Amino acid sequence: MEKAKKRQFGIIATIVLAAVIVLGLLWATTAAKKNEEHQDTLQRVQKLGRIVWGVKADTKLFGLMDTKTGVAKGFDVDIAKALTVQISKQTGVPMSAEFVPVSSSSKIQLLKNTNIDGTVSTMTITPEREKIIDFTNQYFDAGQSILVKKDSGIKSIKDMNDPKYKIIVIVGTTAAEETKKFAPKAKLIAVQDYATGMQALKAGQGQAMSTDNAILYGFATENPDYQIAGGTFTHGPYGIAFDNNQRPMVRETNKALAIIKENGTYNKLIKKWFSDVPGLDWHELEAK
Amino acid sequence: MTLLQNNFPTFLQGFGYTLLSSIIALIISMILGTFFAILQILPQKWVQKIGNVYVQVFRNIPLLIITFFFFLVVAKVIPMNGFTAGTIALSLYTSAFIAETVRAGILSVDNGQMEGARANGLSFSQSMRYIILPQAFKIALPSLGNQFINLVKNSSILAFVGGLDLMYQGNMVAATTFDTFSTYIIVALFYLVITLPLSYYMQNLERKLKHAA
Repeated sequence: MEKAKKRQFGIIATIVLAAVIVLGLLWATTAAKKNEEHQDTLQRVQKLGRIVWGVKADTKLFGLMDTKTGVAKGFDVDIAKALTVQISKQTGVPMSAEFVPVSSSSKIQLLKNTNIDGTVSTMTITPEREKIIDFTNQYFDAGQSILVKKDSGIKSIKDMNDPKYKIIVIVGTTAAEETKKFAPKAKLIAVQDYATGMQALKAGQGQAMSTDNAILYGFATENPDYQIAGGTFTHGPYGIAFDNNQRPMVRETNKALAIIKENGTYNKLIKKWFSDVPGLDWHELEAK
Repeated sequence: MTLLQNNFPTFLQGFGYTLLSSIIALIISMILGTFFAILQILPQKWVQKIGNVYVQVFRNIPLLIITFFFFLVVAKVIPMNGFTAGTIALSLYTSAFIAETVRAGILSVDNGQMEGARANGLSFSQSMRYIILPQAFKIALPSLGNQFINLVKNSSILAFVGGLDLMYQGNMVAATTFDTFSTYIIVALFYLVITLPLSYYMQNLERKLKHAA
């Protein structure tokens, strides 16, 4: 009796396992087919009536997850919303904006896998990135800076060109590469996200954190003991990104971007997010 | 393949750090694990409690949190880099599991062994060292092997705190080349280079000890 029961259990377990594997394979192949069918991003978003935007969840002022509501808030999020409204108007197809949190290291892969349609995520336009994804025109003018403790005596990135200094950067950001050029002797410590980076800076794991100025201003407003040192040392404007060969989608988005800059929506958003940042002349960021 | 060629020194450096961290953590966690296993079976109740609390604490907290604790909190008092913080966390975390494995090994040695040893005039620590522990380790060997392999794989936690290990270098290569998929396959292969010989060695050791008995 015992043996028979055991055997029965074994058979059932095997069947369940086999079914799971077969279903998994079926699901994967249909999912892959679906992706092939919807290669064109513009067609896909029109058909589904929604644009899925990848936004940051850990970057104050641009994309920060509101822990109470679970919704990301920030300049990037508002830009994506404004663009969705404008693109809907242009194409005549009503579309809603959906948001998926992405990290610096995951966003390109998510675009490639079509988990997201586009991304507005503090992403610097670079020639290397342009080879594998499509960028729109720039939507925000940024450059790299360093954040240091106020009494550290560090005045600029040049002061840090010494093996005794450690600079904290974030994996997958352009800052990780660029910092090497300006302070080749300093050691780099790359962590997974900005929040960990800031905590590591406070814990003394490095003397400075380096990334785009606008992101650092967000941290400086929250941590009064820290300041931006030496202004920006690179020029790296942000672009909105889509998977490569998405000309129609890029064209529509560029058109929408130009319109929201013209009709004042863009400047309203700049004022909303950057007018309270100490030490930042937000009028410089406005579209002329 | 070109991805591997272009970034070979990077991967190799990561491999070295992963190996180094694993070996250090393996030695520390074996010593700590055995120590706390013995604490838990000593006759004194309060000593047992200490061993028990240690094991429960480190076994039930995610490794990532222990690592961040050393990297972000302890580092404020005692400066340490990501590699050190990660290796310490890895050692403490693994030692809790090893303690459980060794304790189970000790408990499964027949009571008569201890009684016999004591009757022959050996002290408690002598009987532990010469009679009980060798048998306990033999029993615990297969699960110890599992713990070692877990340890090597768990060392990827170093990547989160800039520990320069294999996973960290993989992240960096993926971030600069954007070839995420191939990069992680290469990283996985490098891990296999450590874990496969390790599991083969453990199996061999088991077989040898079985014959020796």
